[in-house]
Amino acid sequence: MTWTWFHRLGSPPYIYGLAARLTPWFAWTAAALIVGGLYGGLVLAPPDYQQGDDFRIMYVHVPTAWMSLMVYTTMAVSAAVGLIWRIKVSHAVAASCAPIGASFTFVALVTGSLWGYRMWGTYWEWDPRLTSELILLFLYLGYMGLRSAIDDTQRADRVSAVLAVVGVINVPIIHFSVLWWNSLHQAPSVMQLAKPTMPASMLIPLLMMFLGFTIMFGALLLVRLRAEILNRERTANWIREAVAS
Amino acid sequence: MPERRLQAENLHLWRGDRHVLRGVRFAVNAGECLQITGGNGAGKTSLLRTLSGLMYPEEGSITWCGGNIRRDMQAFHADMAYIGHEPPLKPDLTAQENLHYWIGVRRPLPIDEINRELGRLGCDQWRNRPIRTLSAGQKRRVALAGLLLMAAPLWLLDEPTTNLDTEGQRLVGTLIEEHLAQGGLAVAAIHHELAVSSAVIRRLELSSK
Amino acid sequence: MSSTGTSALEAARLTLARDIRLALRKRGQLIQPLAFFAIVTTLFPLGISPELSRLRDVAPGVLWVAALLSSLLALEFLFRDDAQDGTLEQHVLSGQSLTWLLFAKTVAHWLLTGLPLAVMAPLAGLSLGVPVASLGGIVASVAVGSVALSLIGSIGAALTLGVKRSGALLSLLTLPLSMPVLIFGARATELAIRGAGFAPPLYLLGALAVLGITLAPLAAAAAVRISLE
Repeated sequence: MTWTWFHRLGSPPYIYGLAARLTPWFAWTAAALIVGGLYGGLVLAPPDYQQGDDFRIMYVHVPTAWMSLMVYTTMAVSAAVGLIWRIKVSHAVAASCAPIGASFTFVALVTGSLWGYRMWGTYWEWDPRLTSELILLFLYLGYMGLRSAIDDTQRADRVSAVLAVVGVINVPIIHFSVLWWNSLHQAPSVMQLAKPTMPASMLIPLLMMFLGFTIMFGALLLVRLRAEILNRERTANWIREAVAS
Repeated sequence: MPERRLQAENLHLWRGDRHVLRGVRFAVNAGECLQITGGNGAGKTSLLRTLSGLMYPEEGSITWCGGNIRRDMQAFHADMAYIGHEPPLKPDLTAQENLHYWIGVRRPLPIDEINRELGRLGCDQWRNRPIRTLSAGQKRRVALAGLLLMAAPLWLLDEPTTNLDTEGQRLVGTLIEEHLAQGGLAVAAIHHELAVSSAVIRRLELSSK
Repeated sequence: MSSTGTSALEAARLTLARDIRLALRKRGQLIQPLAFFAIVTTLFPLGISPELSRLRDVAPGVLWVAALLSSLLALEFLFRDDAQDGTLEQHVLSGQSLTWLLFAKTVAHWLLTGLPLAVMAPLAGLSLGVPVASLGGIVASVAVGSVALSLIGSIGAALTLGVKRSGALLSLLTLPLSMPVLIFGARATELAIRGAGFAPPLYLLGALAVLGITLAPLAAAAAVRISLE
């Protein structure tokens, strides 16, 4: 019984249809959560006693930074599954994750830079989180670069899967070494937004944004995945029927 | 010891969108040589590479001595010698050095044995010259010496007579016949018929439709 | 069936010996990464200032960036030749563990490129005004760090085997993974220059090298197999 479910998940036509049905649910839920979270964070929550209104950028920066890592992990896991069990759809998922994750990383960097400008007066500081995010962006670009450099889709899938697994193992190592490096040199203070306890009025919108962005990732992934499957299976018979309907 | 036999069952292989191998099946027993023919692009090389374990078929299985080759690839490779289209030789090493490193990694190999096989294949004169100074036919002979030295029961050969003159082609035939007589097996992708007696030949034709 | 095969250790020794013998036949190629290292270290004084006191401050960074870049250059001849002449395929089909053979090749590569770099680094350091007492620390940190760099580089080299003109892509893949080595190595060098104890970052470098030894050949072997499919 479980195996049929597993095999269906690996079948491109099934996933193509499933993705189409699930996307509106994900999209609308994400939109509601994000709008709610933004309203709660930008309007309702009281100003921070230290940073005034500047802290509000954390409502975008922190969730996107978190997502950039989560998407990379998702990408690496689905790439590994595709590599070990030779499942094409898994590779399509990994390929779809990459641009989404890179975009999250980019947004995290931009919002982090803006926040830094408000806090320190400069658009860039080598604070550990920003530096780690930048290196993560390079990891994404490397993954996408490797994929585009190899013409044969199957080989591109499998080679980039090895890279994704190597990358995900390196992320904690890179993060630790950047933290260590930063602590040695008494660099500008880390963006410490979290006091031990945050008042609920600040915390709840933040959690809504986290959840909203996660579900938004789901929606974006489903949309990209459909396009990816369409591209990969373009010569298959089931595509003609699916597109006609 | 299980009987020496190579069996392929329902092999399907796709390269990109091309369905290269479409349900290939055959069996080769000890003392037999399977001759694979087919036009350019028919999949001869792909089939050989799949049999060697380098390529992975989407469907089907390959068994050696009754066991699936995927179960213990290292043991299978120890029993198998694969020579591709180009002889696998380093241009900057001499024939002798090439064989010493190439075969030595597989089984311990005294220099005398290397020189003896090189002599048997007519390579004495130039065994201490770097490979890049040799002609294509001479390189092919060195590769054949390597094949003999590997002492593997199963031979997978991709167009073994390329670049050889008539005498060389007859030599290949003789070597294969000797190998088969000792209980070995051979699978060869070819353009011309091998100079091997038809009693031991099995045939497989691949079409490139 | 195969009772009289070569032992794994002997196979590794043969592979190592082969690669070293081949490299020594093309000595010109071996010099290139070292010359590159020397040239890059020269660029910094030209770009910054001839004053040794200023250069001493940036010496750790300069040395390590130059070492990183020249080790990238050297990766060219780790797998490429073998892939082109068909001998890499024979490694895969040899009946030996591919991971182990690729590890042997990477060790040979380090002996030919990383170790010479560790020997040259003190000379470059002197040109940047570092005190003589720090030279031992510089050699130690570059020697250990270059082991990690060779291993990390072997992954990138294996991943880009099927790619033409892969230089920029190889850099894009390898440099982010090498940043921890840069961080710990430069810190060790900096402490050595200051005359302080540089053991902690050196141990961290060693840990990276050990991690590389355990994992990198596995990843490289997977990538090599995929490139031959």
